[in-house]
Amino acid sequence: MMTTTSTIPFDIERIRADFPILDQEINGRKLVYFDNAATTQKPIPVIEALMNYYRGYNANIHRGIHTLAEKATADFEASRRAVRDFLNAPSAEEIIFTSGTTMSINLVAQTYGRHFLKEGDEIIISGLEHHSNIVPWQMLAGEKGLTIRAIPVLENGELDLYTFEGMLSERTKIVAVNHASNSLGTVNPVKEIIAKAHAAGAVVLIDGAQASSHLDIDVQDLDADFYALSAHKIYGPTGLGVLYGKRALLEAMPPYMGGGEMIKEVTFEKTTYNDLPYKFEAGTPNIADVVALKAAIDYITSIGKPNIAAYEHQLLQYATEQIGQMDGIRLIGQAKEKISVLSFVLEGVHHQDIGIILDQQGIAVRTGHHCTQPVMDRFCILGTTRASFAMYNTMEEIDKLVAGLQRVKKLMA
Amino acid sequence: MTINETQDEIIEEFELFDDWEGKYEYIIDLGKKLTPLDEQYKTEDHIIKGCQSRVWLHAALQGDRVIFTADSDAIIVKGLISMLVRVYSGHTPDEIVNSDLYFMEKVGLQQHLAQTRSNGLASMVKQMKTYGLAFSALQKG
Ligand SMILES: Cc1ncc(COP(=O)(O)O)c(C=O)c1O
Repeated sequence: MMTTTSTIPFDIERIRADFPILDQEINGRKLVYFDNAATTQKPIPVIEALMNYYRGYNANIHRGIHTLAEKATADFEASRRAVRDFLNAPSAEEIIFTSGTTMSINLVAQTYGRHFLKEGDEIIISGLEHHSNIVPWQMLAGEKGLTIRAIPVLENGELDLYTFEGMLSERTKIVAVNHASNSLGTVNPVKEIIAKAHAAGAVVLIDGAQASSHLDIDVQDLDADFYALSAHKIYGPTGLGVLYGKRALLEAMPPYMGGGEMIKEVTFEKTTYNDLPYKFEAGTPNIADVVALKAAIDYITSIGKPNIAAYEHQLLQYATEQIGQMDGIRLIGQAKEKISVLSFVLEGVHHQDIGIILDQQGIAVRTGHHCTQPVMDRFCILGTTRASFAMYNTMEEIDKLVAGLQRVKKLMA
Repeated sequence: MTINETQDEIIEEFELFDDWEGKYEYIIDLGKKLTPLDEQYKTEDHIIKGCQSRVWLHAALQGDRVIFTADSDAIIVKGLISMLVRVYSGHTPDEIVNSDLYFMEKVGLQQHLAQTRSNGLASMVKQMKTYGLAFSALQKG
């Protein structure tokens, strides 16, 4: 008898087979990887792109005229265009490769911030920010006598937009907030935040480190001035990131680092800088990882962000129900709109003990403050246990987490 | 009992467990039984830097012996601390300084001394030795 193949929009078995790292045992149990907000695993096409590059056409880009250099340059620039499409940026020249979200934010702070802000100006961040969207601004503020203000966080983990509106004034020069929170999963209404900030005359940077693997990103629709992300959180290689910036802003900004690639002409008296995006890409860039980033983007696109988002939403809902109903569990962050991040505390049990016992059972979660100490202070806790899901996770794995937590409770009782 | 005799005794105790669960149950139990550190010592001076859990360590010289007392806010670390205190406390500064810590590896708990655990346990061992050195200098001075 023939079986008709129904239209399965999401073939989880096939997806899992693309991620070789998942097929291993940890402490004698099949690995359950729930630390995706820290970094995602890499599918075979990404791993192969790295290998193919080093095996087949490693060469320094842009300057060489030989065949390998041309191929490397072509692939490098093809990746830039893939990022442009991924973010729906107007042009590839507005896509700058960095070492990660952290560097992208520092770049804006140290060039735009240092050049255009002056004593008495204000920067608004939020109470949900990762340390990498706090410290660069504090460093700048210390140097220039600026004030940093933070949008408060409501009990459910959403930002208090009413207070935010009151904070905006003609002194506000930069607003820097995340698109989604890594510790609570909250998706922030960045389009609305950007519109309000623009009305007050401020420039807005969006930290898209967490949102970029889960949500469709359209920097033009958002009208973001800057958008930062990390390749390793979208199934791409580590140590590589992106800064999107509006052309007019990038052109007005001084370069960040000096060196090769970023110059047009150098004499000892004067150097003229190269055009965008090279002005901000001094030195030999991370060519192999940039090339492999395109493979990651193509992979995501082939499965389709809406499909991924819908599936991850089911995982999050199931986990929220199953874990939320356990005795002694307090979920931290219950925003209406969330990416697939579940943060919780278990009454009377230190998060580190939870992490150790889960690891014994092959389950990888993150415990601690997740580089967001202000969030922990806001909820009067030292840290949480965080399970964060990606497209290759399954409902059965969530069942294992629930069973693992029951084990923790039994051991700690 | 010498430092090594205590370490060997612990290794023997762990031979009773054939799975991770029994082992951790035992460690958790030790953690629960550890005499809590006097609140007056739970200060910044006594805290060992670690990011996940906090560890406090107090050392005092009684006669020619070093007495350690310690605490943590996480129970597994507390159980591990309890074993370290059992190994080192009550020995002379020189014995502590010259000792070699091997029982953690032998019982399969070495990963807890790794830096990535950021639980302050590795720093605690270092700090115990530093106290040994300081008291040794004091005795000789
Ligand atoms: C919201 C957010 N911002 C910034 C970062 C920093 O990213 P990276 O370490 O890749 O620079 C992270 C990573 O954890 C994050 O979750």
